[in-house]
Amino acid sequence: MTDPAVAAVAAPRPDGTAAATTAPPRRAAAKAAARRGTLAGWLLLVPALAAYVSFVVWPLIQGVQYSFYDWNGIGVARWVGVDNYLTVFTDPDLLGAIRNAFVLIAFFTIIPVGAGLVLATLIRGLRSKAFAASAQTVLFLPQIIPLAAAGIAWSWMYAQTGAVNQILGWLGLGWITRPWLADYGTALPAVGLIGSWVLTGLCTVLLLTGLGKIDVSLYEAVRLDGAGWWREFFTITLPGLRQEIAVLVTVTVIAALSSFDIIYTSTQGGPGRATLVPGLSIFRIGFTQSDVGLASAFGIVLMVLVLVVVLPIQRLSRASDS
Amino acid sequence: MIASRTERVLGYLLLSVAVIVTMLPLVSMFSAALQPADRNPTGLTWPTDPQWGNFATAFETGHVWQLMGSSMLIVLGVVPASLIAATLAGFALGSLQVRFGRGVLVFFILGLTIPFEALIIPLYYQAQSLGTVNTPWAVIFPLIGLYMPFGVFWMRAHFINVPRELSEAARVDGASLWREFRSIQLPLAMPALSALAILLFIWTWNQFLLPVVLIADPLQRTVAGALTFFQGQYSLSIPLLNAGALIIITPAVVLFLIFQRQFIRALVQGAVKG
Repeated sequence: MTDPAVAAVAAPRPDGTAAATTAPPRRAAAKAAARRGTLAGWLLLVPALAAYVSFVVWPLIQGVQYSFYDWNGIGVARWVGVDNYLTVFTDPDLLGAIRNAFVLIAFFTIIPVGAGLVLATLIRGLRSKAFAASAQTVLFLPQIIPLAAAGIAWSWMYAQTGAVNQILGWLGLGWITRPWLADYGTALPAVGLIGSWVLTGLCTVLLLTGLGKIDVSLYEAVRLDGAGWWREFFTITLPGLRQEIAVLVTVTVIAALSSFDIIYTSTQGGPGRATLVPGLSIFRIGFTQSDVGLASAFGIVLMVLVLVVVLPIQRLSRASDS
Repeated sequence: MIASRTERVLGYLLLSVAVIVTMLPLVSMFSAALQPADRNPTGLTWPTDPQWGNFATAFETGHVWQLMGSSMLIVLGVVPASLIAATLAGFALGSLQVRFGRGVLVFFILGLTIPFEALIIPLYYQAQSLGTVNTPWAVIFPLIGLYMPFGVFWMRAHFINVPRELSEAARVDGASLWREFRSIQLPLAMPALSALAILLFIWTWNQFLLPVVLIADPLQRTVAGALTFFQGQYSLSIPLLNAGALIIITPAVVLFLIFQRQFIRALVQGAVKG
């Protein structure tokens, strides 16, 4: 796959060095760089572009095409225009899935970023570097295990005889115990908290690094000014972490809107449709109900939703940087 | 940062709570895995007669060796090819002044926002027409493409920060572009490359959606994709299901613990460089 590009780069180059001896050195070097940059550079881009275009861009174009047809994947496809899109925006089940995805943002984005801010500031203030380092390692662990396994672990945590109810019993809250994932009212928040558990470590670690870049003298100044923890947090810490927060919000919002693994192994979208999310809907409509057109349309809608939510965040972080 | 005594005590306390909450699900899995396989377990208890044999049973009936093998096969198909392609492209966009390089970069970066779920339907029919459905290739090819935006972005972030003087010096010495890349740029890129390798390894190992959709036989999937098979196989035994799931998450966790320094540092750099 990479052979042609490598061969082309490895081949002796007739230009470049000869020209450099005649013109003034700096301009010649820049020119030579530009020259050797273009053709060779494009050849170097070939393998990456080929993989990306063949298996991301092309399927995407195909998906757009499918979305305008009524097709069961086997028979004849029938052109239906924007009907599939109308279905996505009118079918209560699909709208419910979209609504659930947005509810999950609270758990995948707001809680982890908030908790990450608090934990990172705390870790930073610790004297014991050993404890800080091991805390960081443990907090990061949920990022390493497959999301599908997190779904299995938490299904057991939330079960009637599981750890959550057991701990509530110890705390004297026995009266609220229930099978959390089977209860219409609690299933979605319970699944959301699995996401919080997975993402808090990532947020903490990233924000901790961001904190390391903030000038210590700023903290000293604000402390001398007699500021307490809160004022220090809002005047120094938060503005200093703008870039990291923007990155984390982007990553976690995408994770919330396109959650699939956790739901698949914990609730399968149930009870009823209480935890149905777009990813699972697409999977079911496309592969169980064999309505390829509708599933593709929902896929495109999901992609556009992600873009609509994520692009303004990029604007914010850039505008505030300049 | 100056912290008062109360802040420090509160810090230790809250942090300990966070650490406990993080560990809890893993501990609870472990606790379930050690209870008798034929009974409904109870939450967090250290069983009087821990059933270590559950792990052996889950290993055996879950075909874990076979799963690790098929996972490894997919990893070997995805990671080296992705690394080579992403490094070459990152070098072109970061070190060489490729015309329209900016546009190419934006084209790749837009791919970072595409949810896999949005592509899964066309990917299935593409695999069908390529004849790769139910083979490892059905997962390998798309993953190389899907990880490419991140890989290119990551490697470019490294190459853009390499001092220009280095390549100019190489050029003055008459080194060919290939020579410069091989002897100067590649050794310098090793930390970024190995971090990317670890990331891609873990992402591939843990990939769930693609194997579930594209490979019908759970034993040919990645280990994560096989968890559905475990759920079916051990639907009547929570202890065995948890034992199996623990076995499956162990390799990635061990890898992380070995390389955690590089891993966390790499992740953090990659996220903020952009």
